[in-house]
Amino acid sequence: MMAPQVGEQDMTPLLQVNGLTKMYGARIGCRDVSFDLYPGEVMGIVGESGSGKSTLLNAMAGHHAPDRGEVIFDTRADGPQDTLKMSEPERRMLGRTDWAFVHQHARDGLRMSVSAGGNIGERLMAVGGRHYGEIRAQAADWLGRVEISDSRIDDRPSAFSGGMQQRLQIARNLVTGPRLVFMDEPTGGLDVSVQARLLDLLRGLVREMGLSAIIVTHDLAVVRLLADRLMVMKDGHVVESGLTDQVLDDPQHAYTQLLVSSVLQV
Amino acid sequence: MTDHQKLAEAGDYNFAYLDEQTKRMIRRAILKGLAVPGYQVPFASREMPMPYGWGTGGVQVTAATLTPDDTLKVIDQGADDTTNAVSIRKFFQRTAGVATTEETQKASVIQTRHRIPEATLSEDQVLVYQVPIPEPLRFLEPRETETRKMHSLEEYGLMHVKLYEDISQHGDIATSYAYPVKVEDRYVMDPSPIPKFDNPKLEMAAIQLFGAGREQRIYAVPPYTRVVSLDFEDYPFEASKADHACDLCAAEDSYLDEVILDDAGSRMFVCSDTDYCRSRRAAGHVGRLGETGQPAEAGQSGEAGQSEKTGQSEKTGEEAA
Repeated sequence: MMAPQVGEQDMTPLLQVNGLTKMYGARIGCRDVSFDLYPGEVMGIVGESGSGKSTLLNAMAGHHAPDRGEVIFDTRADGPQDTLKMSEPERRMLGRTDWAFVHQHARDGLRMSVSAGGNIGERLMAVGGRHYGEIRAQAADWLGRVEISDSRIDDRPSAFSGGMQQRLQIARNLVTGPRLVFMDEPTGGLDVSVQARLLDLLRGLVREMGLSAIIVTHDLAVVRLLADRLMVMKDGHVVESGLTDQVLDDPQHAYTQLLVSSVLQV
Repeated sequence: MTDHQKLAEAGDYNFAYLDEQTKRMIRRAILKGLAVPGYQVPFASREMPMPYGWGTGGVQVTAATLTPDDTLKVIDQGADDTTNAVSIRKFFQRTAGVATTEETQKASVIQTRHRIPEATLSEDQVLVYQVPIPEPLRFLEPRETETRKMHSLEEYGLMHVKLYEDISQHGDIATSYAYPVKVEDRYVMDPSPIPKFDNPKLEMAAIQLFGAGREQRIYAVPPYTRVVSLDFEDYPFEASKADHACDLCAAEDSYLDEVILDDAGSRMFVCSDTDYCRSRRAAGHVGRLGETGQPAEAGQSGEAGQSEKTGQSEKTGEEAA
């Protein structure tokens, strides 16, 4: 659970976000968001609905173009590059190799008319995999890692439960060994026991693969469990950020205090 | 005085039905298509005096290609004598007054629906295909904006997802027609619903033009262009056909139609290319059922011709545009 310490070797941030701003006409989507994300670190972004969390995530992932700012990613080949200035083929290539995006609704991230194996294999085939046997073996391996039985490999995701669909989406995204995963409410819409299993799985995968991740959620329990650091957003601005435990146990900003105290205790 | 001359004098029709400006527009699209092999060029498809699905795209390309000296052949599933072929041939006899033929070698322009003729085509021939859905990615990705982007960025992983699904469900690549190809190592192209048996023939000496009327696209494969059928390393492409010889002409190398003969389950296999079959029988080849009943010529236009229409109506779920 350790965030990399300042002063360790190789302290190039994996992702640097500087002054990222996205407007919807006169309305603010998100404004002047800046942070660094180091390799192996998990960043949580919390806030209420409409606070700009998802806008920020989509802007970082290149799904829509921000108005101002930089998103600098430490690419394998050329070192830190501003992804917003990359050409579209480069950015899309990044999107299916080093980056992954887990949608809130598994249906947005899966091809519902394609079997589970085909869903997992798509990224492999997109980067040039042309050997059926190998693709299928990797798909089976990844199904196992996300706790879905091998025997479901030829079933369509529409025959899966919500939790299984979400796990399948995660497998499909992680199969090419990305270094940075964007997650938009990965546990949204799942019941609590399924949430717990999914979180457990995610935590395991993140630690095991040394992934960096940015997780957007409104569920404080999710960030408590997964995130090393936390940003709290309100009305498109970051109002507070810091280590997760620090922010949650000793909130400074009035809104964060409200957010933390709003959680129902069972 | 031919029909065409009468029409022209009456001022009703231009040569080959379309006006010269329209043909000019279509020729520009054809030239662009030839310059960028496999790329789908949008064009302002016109209303034609036939319904969409009957070859409006192919007819427009043929109309823009024809000159008064050309000899036209029209085939439908390989046959010269089925409805679609007969009506399009008549259409051009009437509006262009060009000579027509059923012999593949004598034709300079061949319009086809869903087959490539068995006879090898030469450099002075043009093969025009009728295409229902020009976009090979359409059933995988419904958004046109997205498929265009995928073509421009060469993102063709999805095409292999389809083949993957075939193998995982059927044990091998079950796609048997409209089998996707990569043209000149660049564009993935739908070769129109020809059987995959015909795919290797796409590398040929003749010019190949593809017209999709309803979808308003023209694309082309220039002579001697590399056309590779997509596959997996461990499941290579295979040009398959029915494992029989033609029952009329005994050909073992031609694509066959299966024809049900009665309610007792008897059936025959005949060449889908009627001209190929006829020329073989004229040269003295006789198949299993070639001598029973009528002489060869009558057998083709009577019994087999009749049955082929039945076979065709089964296949028209996949309409040509």
